[in-house]
Amino acid sequence: MRRSKINKIFNKIPLHFIIIFTMVIWLVPTIGLFITSLRPLPLINTTGWWTAFSGNSSTQTGASSKFTLNNYVDAIVGYRGTKTYVEDCGTGSQSSSLNCNASDLLNPRGMGQAFVNSLIVTIPATIFPIFLAAFAGYAFAWLDFKGRFLIFAVLVGLQVVPLQMTLVPVLKMYASMGLTGTFLGVWLFHTGFGMPYAIYLMRNFLGSLPKDLFESAYLDGASHWSTFTKLVIPLSMPAIASLGIFQFLWVWNDLLVALVFLGGTKPVMTYQISNMVTSLGAGWHLLTAAAFLSMLLPMIVFFALQRYFVRGMLTGAVKG
Amino acid sequence: MSSANVPQVMKQGKVIPWFYLAPAIIIMSIFIVYPMLNTVVLSFLNKDGTASAATTCNIGEPCWGIFENYRYALTAELDTTSFNTIWESFWVSSYGNTIKWIFIMVSGTVGIGLGFAILAEKVKYEALAKAIIFMPMAISFVGAGVIWKFVYNWGTTQVQVGLLNAIITALGGKPVAFLSTTNLNTIMLVIVGVWIWTGFCMTILSAALKAVSDDVLEAARVDGASEWQIFWKVMVPIISPTIIVVITTMVINVLKLFDIVYVMTGGNFGTEVIATRMYDEMYKNFQTGRGTAIAVVLILAIIPFIYMNIRRFLAQEAMR
Repeated sequence: MRRSKINKIFNKIPLHFIIIFTMVIWLVPTIGLFITSLRPLPLINTTGWWTAFSGNSSTQTGASSKFTLNNYVDAIVGYRGTKTYVEDCGTGSQSSSLNCNASDLLNPRGMGQAFVNSLIVTIPATIFPIFLAAFAGYAFAWLDFKGRFLIFAVLVGLQVVPLQMTLVPVLKMYASMGLTGTFLGVWLFHTGFGMPYAIYLMRNFLGSLPKDLFESAYLDGASHWSTFTKLVIPLSMPAIASLGIFQFLWVWNDLLVALVFLGGTKPVMTYQISNMVTSLGAGWHLLTAAAFLSMLLPMIVFFALQRYFVRGMLTGAVKG
Repeated sequence: MSSANVPQVMKQGKVIPWFYLAPAIIIMSIFIVYPMLNTVVLSFLNKDGTASAATTCNIGEPCWGIFENYRYALTAELDTTSFNTIWESFWVSSYGNTIKWIFIMVSGTVGIGLGFAILAEKVKYEALAKAIIFMPMAISFVGAGVIWKFVYNWGTTQVQVGLLNAIITALGGKPVAFLSTTNLNTIMLVIVGVWIWTGFCMTILSAALKAVSDDVLEAARVDGASEWQIFWKVMVPIISPTIIVVITTMVINVLKLFDIVYVMTGGNFGTEVIATRMYDEMYKNFQTGRGTAIAVVLILAIIPFIYMNIRRFLAQEAMR
């Protein structure tokens, strides 16, 4: 009995090895980014991040400490000098775009302002499509009208239209309406593009609710509108949660739409980082800190609401 | 979705459903349907959209008349001196690279995703293992680009701060310029894509595997099938519809892919893909006609998948 148990464990060693090895490969790049973002610049450029915890690396280069938060400060305020923001402000030699007070948090070149911009873009661009999709999904699931099936089939097809297909005409349209470089323009674009998938998911979810529910509500004298607001919306919270996470991650992580419609006038985090990659070359201290800042919120949302995320993905991809 | 499925009491005149639908349909028409059609029109015009594309032809050079932008879109990257040069230049053109992306990325994500899903089922820490593989889905492509650019970092000095080159030099090899070595660099970029999207494939395939009934597997075991045979001859055939869905979803994702290439190499050193090339034509060279022609080529490549999507939807509706 005991012997077979030991055998079983030994048999499983290759299995554990493969799984843990894959997990390590998946994790190490992100860990490297995080550790690097906490190291002072001279160390980043002279030693690998994996040596950060070994004893002698800091004495070689003479840096004062092995870890620092300066990279985050520099990234947030948009400092681009050769030392650190704190040091420059201490000696009063900061560049003219910095004031060395709280107003630097909103320096247009910094990740602080970019974070605010990302939030301004993402929140309405998440709420609008869900709101509209709830209406349309309800109609597709429980109302009867001409062309119901046909319109829905078209919508299924529209889900995979690449957004590249629409950039130029929308940009032209925006230019004539003065919407280029405005938040409104980006909200509308994301709403339009989020729509087919959002409606699809809402309709499938609402369609799976029992028919009796609607019958009895209606027999009790509820109007369409009160059925919708008092029954449909509260019941579809799980679907709304899935959709919300999806749309949030999609908009927050998007680069192309932000690049084309907002560009540098209202830089969001992804834009700011891609700009730093191309203009700063190897400024790893700023890049790693900025990248980690941009990952923070999606990671929190993702790990807190993973259940809904997975559920939404399964309805979207497998059932549909 | 025939009207028989709608409860009698929910039938509400002819107008009310359209109130629920109108906002969604209007916004989709403005942001998806109209721009798509407009893009097709623009692809036959010159760069300002003022005259036919045929007017941009140069005397003495090849000209496809009104399809001139398509000639540019399809052949400009090719070196037509001989059959050999055409073949070679094709494989570093945006189309050749996109084909490489499709093959490596789809086989990588689906292969690793399926393998990991099946192995992780056998261990106690399944949830943790899967969460780690899934985590990159929460990170933006831009963030992932920074993470991996650092892993691939190529130092000109003796010390390598990029993990991969540090490993290579530690093993006695010579450091490699991963992102600027043509052919190799596209593969290195695809690895980033695989890192991001494997979690998606794994989650969906894992859900499908869990739905395979234990009775079926038990019956196969009783009949003396090995685990390997059970996997290939029982499980894979049962979940093959899901595998096909995952593959098509991945192909569509790859065709639209923009951010990774834009951030990591900017499309230089022979890493251009369809989406980055389109972006360059439109926003760097301001060649609207050519850019939209590339977009149309992209949608033509996607149309078979739109068709498949709709057919699958119709089949599901028939079973409802």
